Amino acid sequence: MSLDAHLVVKRDGFTLDATLTAGPGEVVALLGPNGAGKSTALRALAGLIGLDDGHITLDGRRIERDAPEHRHIGVVFQDYLLFPHLSALDNVAFGPRCRGVSRTESRVRATELLTRVGLSDHVRKKPRELSGGQAQRVALARALATDPKLLLLDEPLAALDARTRLDTRAHLRGHLGTHHGPTVLVTHDPLDAMMLADRLVILEDGRVVQTGDAATITSQPRTDYVARLVGLNLYRGHATEGTVRVADDFTLTVAGAFTGDAFVAFPPSAVALYNVRPEGSPRNTWPATVTAVSRQGDALRIELTGPIQVAADITSAAAVQLGLEPGREVWASLKATEATAYPA
Amino acid sequence: MKKTFLTAVALAAVLVTTGCSSGSDDESAAPTSSGSAAAGAGAATTGKVTVLAAASLTESFDKIGTLFEQLNPSAEVTFSYGGSSGLATQITSGAPADVFASASPATMKTVTDAGDNSGEPVTFVKNQLVIAVPKGNPKGITSLAALAKPEFKVALCADAVPCGAAAKKALAAGGVTVKPVTLEQDVKSALAKVKLGEVDAALVYRTDAKAATADVDGVEFPESAQAINDYPIVALKDATNPSGASAFVAFVQTPQAQQVLADAGFQKP
Amino acid sequence: MAIPAIAGLAFLVLPLAGLLIRAPWTTLPERLTEPGILAALRLSLLTATLATIVCLILGVPLAWLLARTTFPGRRFVRALVTVPLVLPPVVGGVALLLVFGRRGLVGEWLDTTFGFTLPFTTTGVVVAEAFVAMPFLVISVEGALRGADSRFEEAAATLGASRWTAFRRVTLPLIAPGVAAGAVLCWARALGEFGATITFAGNFPGRTQTMPLAVYLALEQDLDAAIVLSLVLLVVSVVILATMRDKWVGVP
Repeated sequence: MSLDAHLVVKRDGFTLDATLTAGPGEVVALLGPNGAGKSTALRALAGLIGLDDGHITLDGRRIERDAPEHRHIGVVFQDYLLFPHLSALDNVAFGPRCRGVSRTESRVRATELLTRVGLSDHVRKKPRELSGGQAQRVALARALATDPKLLLLDEPLAALDARTRLDTRAHLRGHLGTHHGPTVLVTHDPLDAMMLADRLVILEDGRVVQTGDAATITSQPRTDYVARLVGLNLYRGHATEGTVRVADDFTLTVAGAFTGDAFVAFPPSAVALYNVRPEGSPRNTWPATVTAVSRQGDALRIELTGPIQVAADITSAAAVQLGLEPGREVWASLKATEATAYPA
Repeated sequence: MKKTFLTAVALAAVLVTTGCSSGSDDESAAPTSSGSAAAGAGAATTGKVTVLAAASLTESFDKIGTLFEQLNPSAEVTFSYGGSSGLATQITSGAPADVFASASPATMKTVTDAGDNSGEPVTFVKNQLVIAVPKGNPKGITSLAALAKPEFKVALCADAVPCGAAAKKALAAGGVTVKPVTLEQDVKSALAKVKLGEVDAALVYRTDAKAATADVDGVEFPESAQAINDYPIVALKDATNPSGASAFVAFVQTPQAQQVLADAGFQKP
Repeated sequence: MAIPAIAGLAFLVLPLAGLLIRAPWTTLPERLTEPGILAALRLSLLTATLATIVCLILGVPLAWLLARTTFPGRRFVRALVTVPLVLPPVVGGVALLLVFGRRGLVGEWLDTTFGFTLPFTTTGVVVAEAFVAMPFLVISVEGALRGADSRFEEAAATLGASRWTAFRRVTLPLIAPGVAAGAVLCWARALGEFGATITFAGNFPGRTQTMPLAVYLALEQDLDAAIVLSLVLLVVSVVILATMRDKWVGVP
């Protein structure tokens, strides 16, 4: 069982054109900013909106013309959409009933699934009597109850508070592991994507801009959005044997030696700031002007302008010592070993 | 001259006093002259005269009203047509009107019993029943007895309304038992059922059949003589225009008005 | 707010008080046991209920069509649905005769093919009442459907439910209060139906003479009898409506 899809959907000036594949048991996260077309992609896969072009092949069969009820795809919706008039048990038994399984057998299966997700004490409850985390599990059990060939999850954790989210995420990861078919997960939260998915597909403005596993994405972002997401400074330029020209007359010395178009990425914490030009300076040193100061966890995030726009994280103590405020002129430096270059 | 068709008792008072007088406020004051009752002679009658009349009088009274206004240029006649018993209820409930012309002595009695009349009612025309059949009489119905045949669908008026009471009397006189499919609320509805072809025959007044000659034929039958309907007219006690009221009552009995009624199929009393 | 509200209530209740005051209380027991009253009441309740069932069967799918699908001329169709509300019922009755009457477009075919005619039959009463009352149901149900989240239907579809199953097992239970409210309105309207009924189905005791027709004809002869009939109709309908509202619509 595997998924191979090329989704083309045109909607009032917006075009989704994305290729998506997922192998048996693989969890693929569709990650992207709001309006990137993630939900559109998910709805297209589920058959809730039609394709304008492309195809969806699931388990070797073309399904893009099938109605949603004939696609054998399980969906966990963002706000779960549990049927409010049915108990947890009947919600889960709904799918099997629609597929022609007898009432008794459906209920047995539903009870089994609810027990598996740890809700055996809540089978008789109506959705409004369930907590957010419990509702999420019922929704998952309901989607799994039909033995779907493909499992789709739309922002599965977005509706939960931070604490529940942590528990549910771990719980969800366990269950996704037991699903034999491919899983596609839509999220705007990089942490969810990285914790739950084997592979990430980054969607921006209707197009796939990068795919790869969490390690690759986090260390080698290829767009500003991904860089911001994973908290890196990112520049594009031309590499020549250990240096990358990232602006007209500005080069960075980096780790890794190759020639050609390249990205350079480094974390804000790799940037050091000084009042005066540092002695015996590393090669990457340049004058910069502070444009903004904000709190970022324990550190302060300093936005700088100069030959390149850059973000630097420094301690509060250092900031006070330097007297940092917008308009202040400083020297920035970056260790070559902390800047990664990779082919564009 | 304006017409209004009133059914609701509650609305009657409002409409008659306001709706109908719009545009003639200057004339709606009480009559200025003491107005002779001999309206037919052309003595001036002025002001507004409100006449409540049985629905079967609609066409004739519209014409008579025009004639009356021609003879009395400063008078204005307003008619409100309806089922006689509905009109009687309106009068006894205090609807402001000057004249009441009914299709049956029984409904007139409701008004006189309540003491709402001014002077004694006068029978001004008679009407009798005919068998209304679709134009050309496709089923060949020529007698009252034919209506008893089960293959004919027959509409009668409900017993409670004058045409129904008359039909009952006529059928009894002929010893005919009819199984009607419907007991209509008034004679026009019964006639409409014939026009639409929903029934094969209906017992209606000769005048109604005559007014609908385009669609129906009226078949005369001898038993109808046993159920002749008198139409009484009376001026009302609470008339706002007593002289106008008696003038109109008198005019209806003049040869000129009687001719209009005869043309419509009514018989002289 | 309170003054117009009280005035509004008075406006609705005072005519009722008028009936109560004028009612012939002393002769009430014998009047109530007159056989005609019971027959008319039974017929009224029966036909209003049947008409409501007809409206449910036809009106709910129509409401779904109007609320959930787009097709050319949908606005126009919606306007057409409300026609019976605007049309004087008597005209509605004539219109029904022109279609279902013995010489009507459909009626003639029914007559020649099956030897079956609608006018002057109890079925005819049901048809007339359903025609006049259907808009109340369709409008209520359409409103409820628009208020209901259509994504539940999508969720049901992903679980393998056909449109019909999704509608029956998910949407319908969700909009049940709206359907019930519509059915109650529809029933009340059918119960009070006069004009279309007397025009289309005529008036014959026990067969097509419903309470409003009986009231109207009693009015021709005997005001007291009309008041008694009206009171019976009022009491029965108020009792039934109050019970149904509590039970179905969930009004506390």
